[in-house]
Amino acid sequence: MTAAPAPSGAAAAKPARRISGFRSLLSTTAFKIIAAYLFIFVLFAGFVIGWLGFATQRQLTDQLTETITAEVRGLAEQYAIGGIRRLVEVVDERSNRPGASLYLVATFAGVPLTGNIGELPAGTLARQGWIETDYRRADESTSDRPHRAIAQVYGLPGNFRLLVGRDLEERDRMREIFGRGFRFSVAVAIVLGLLGAYFVTRRVLKRVDAMTEMSRRIMEGDLTGRLPTAGSRDELDRLAGSVNDMLARIEALMAGMKEVSDNIAHDLKTPLTRLRNKAEEALRVGGSDAAYRAALTGIIEESDGLIRTFNALLMIARAEAGNQREGMVRLDLAEIARGVAELYEPVAEEAHVALTVTAAPVSVTGNRELLGQVVANLVDNALKYGATGEGGEVAVTVAAEDGEAVVTIADRGPGIADADRGRVLDRFVRLETSRSRPGSGLGLSLAAAVARLHGGRLVLEDNRPGLKVALRLPRSADDPSVAARPV
Amino acid sequence: MRILIIEDDREAASYLVKAFKEAGHVADHAADGEDGLAMASDGPYDVLIVDRMLPKKDGLAVIAELRAAGRDTPALILSALGQVDDRVKGLRAGGDDYLPKPYSFSELLARIEVLSRRRTTGAPETVYRVGDLELDRLSHRVSRGGGEIILQPREFRLLEYLMKNAGQVVTRTMLLEHVWDYHFDPQTNVIDVHVSRLRAKIDKGFDKPLIHTIRGAGYTVRP
Repeated sequence: MTAAPAPSGAAAAKPARRISGFRSLLSTTAFKIIAAYLFIFVLFAGFVIGWLGFATQRQLTDQLTETITAEVRGLAEQYAIGGIRRLVEVVDERSNRPGASLYLVATFAGVPLTGNIGELPAGTLARQGWIETDYRRADESTSDRPHRAIAQVYGLPGNFRLLVGRDLEERDRMREIFGRGFRFSVAVAIVLGLLGAYFVTRRVLKRVDAMTEMSRRIMEGDLTGRLPTAGSRDELDRLAGSVNDMLARIEALMAGMKEVSDNIAHDLKTPLTRLRNKAEEALRVGGSDAAYRAALTGIIEESDGLIRTFNALLMIARAEAGNQREGMVRLDLAEIARGVAELYEPVAEEAHVALTVTAAPVSVTGNRELLGQVVANLVDNALKYGATGEGGEVAVTVAAEDGEAVVTIADRGPGIADADRGRVLDRFVRLETSRSRPGSGLGLSLAAAVARLHGGRLVLEDNRPGLKVALRLPRSADDPSVAARPV
Repeated sequence: MRILIIEDDREAASYLVKAFKEAGHVADHAADGEDGLAMASDGPYDVLIVDRMLPKKDGLAVIAELRAAGRDTPALILSALGQVDDRVKGLRAGGDDYLPKPYSFSELLARIEVLSRRRTTGAPETVYRVGDLELDRLSHRVSRGGGEIILQPREFRLLEYLMKNAGQVVTRTMLLEHVWDYHFDPQTNVIDVHVSRLRAKIDKGFDKPLIHTIRGAGYTVRP
C-alpha cells in the first residue's frame, strides 16, 4: 500500500500563511478603502448627473411653456380679430406645418373643429390651464402608442376651446439620455474602480506577502534576512526600513552574544583546566599539609582570577546589550578621573612613576561605576605596561573637545604597534609582550564596550613614545560649556 | 552570634552552617522564602543572610516584608546578580549589605560580623580608641601615645573605617566600597598599597603594631 507523498511540514504551512486568492483580496485594508472611495464617488456622480438632468429638463419645460404661451396669445388675438372662423383658418394652416406644435380647436362638447391632434383622453378639454396629457396625432391610428405632450387649454368666448401644446418627446428623450449616461458612468466607475482596487491591492498584497515570507525565514533563524523595499519611500517602505534597522540591531546583539559564549568556551576553559590540573597534581603527588595548603591556595587564587574574568565578560556583554542606559546620571568626568588617580597615586609612587592629572570639569551622562572602572582599568594598564622603570610618567587629562568629553591616559612605555591597535580592542587579545603579566586581556575591550554604551568610542594613539588611550564620550546636553559654545 | 541563612541550595547552605559554626557562631537554615520569613519574624537572630532568588518568595520580598513589620535585623543579600544596579535594588529593598556570588567565606564572615556589631553599638561615638591610638572624628585628629599623627583625608577615612570596626576583619572590597565608594574590582592591589602607607604612619616606631593583615581575608585593627 503506498501513501500519497505528504507535503513536508514547512511546505504545507506555506500556503496557509500566504495571503492570496480573491477572498483574501477582498478582505485587505487597501481593498476596503478603495471600495469605500468608490461608493462615495458613485454617490457624487449620481448627484451631479441627476442635478444636471433635472436642471436641463426644467430649462426645456420652461422654453416649451413660453413658446406655448406666446402662441396662445397670438391665436387669441386672431380670434379677437376674426372670430372662430379666422382662428380655425390660422390653426388649420399652422397644423399642416411640420413641427412639434400641437393644436386643437373644439366646441365645448369636445367636437374638434380643426387641429393636428387626433385623440385625447376624455375630459381633457374640460380642464383649463396647463396640463400634461397623452395624445395621438390626427394622422395616427389608434394602434399607435400615444405620445406625451404639455399643453395649455384656453376657453374662448362662445364656449370654444383652444388647445396649444408641444410634444414632450424631446424632453423625455433627454431624460432618457441622462438616465442612460448615469447608469453607464456608474457601471464604468464601478468596473474601473474594482479593477484598480484589484491591481493596487494585488501589488500591495504581493509586497506584504514578500515581507511575510521574509519574516518567516528570519523567524526560522536566518538573521541576515531583511524585508524587501520597493525604493518608493512609501509607508510600506518606511515600515520595512525600521523593521530592518531593528533586525540589524538584533543581529548585532546576537553576534555579540555568540562571541561572548565562544570566548567563554574558549578562554575560560584554559584557566579551568589549569585549576583542575592543580587539584589533580596535589592529589597525585600527595605530601605534607603544607604542600596541600599551597595547592589549595593556588586553586583559590586561580578561581578568583576566573571570577574576575567572568565578571568582566558579563559586564562587557551587558554594556554591549545596552540595557544599562536607565541607570545613567549626569556626572563630572574630571571628578571620576581625579578619584581614580587618587586611588592609584600610592601605586604610582611605589613604582616611581609620576601620575599627573589635568582635569577641567566636563559633564557627561553616564554610569559612574562603569566609567570609574574603565578609567581605573586604563590607569592600571598604563601603570602596568606603559610606565616601567625609573622616570616613567602617566598623564591623565580630561578636556572638552567640541561636542565631546575626552579622558586621555598617556604613558611613555613601549606603546602598541599600528597593526595591533585595532586588535587589542577585541576580547581576550593580549599582545605577546604582555603575556607574562597578570590580566585577562579584557580591560581594553571592556573600555571599548562601555564607550559604545555611552554613545562614544575608545581611540588608541601613538604618544611618541608610548600609548595614548582616549575615551571620547558625547557631552551632556546640559553641560554649561556646551551651551556656551557658539553655534 | 545567631545567624539565619535563607538559601535554597542545600549544599551551599550546609557549607555555610558548618563554616559559621567553626567560626564560633550559631546558624540556622531556611530553604525557601516563606519559611525564611516565618523564622526571621519569630527567631532571635542577629543577622540574616538572604539569597535573592528563592522558591515561594523572592529574597527581596522577604526583606521588604520584615522591614514593613518593623523588624530591623541586619540582612545581607547574597546573589548571583552582582551588577551595580542589582546591588542598588537590593539595598533599596531594605538589605544592609550585598555580596555577589561567588563569594569567599572570609569575605562573608567579615561582612556579617561588621553588620552584627553595627547593630549593637548605640549612639555613634565621636572618638575611637584602640590601644594607645586615638581618632577624634569631630576634630579630625589622630594621635598615638600622645604624639599627633598627620594623615591625608583619605588616610583618615581609611583609619576611621578600620577603627570603627576595630577587632573585626575588614576586607579589601569592604574598604573599597566604604572608603572610596567604588563597587568594582580594581584588578591590582591598590588597597594594600594604601593600607601599607597608613601602616607606615601609624605603626612605624612603635613596638606593637595595631594594623594587622589577616591572610586571605583583609585587615583588622586591634591592640
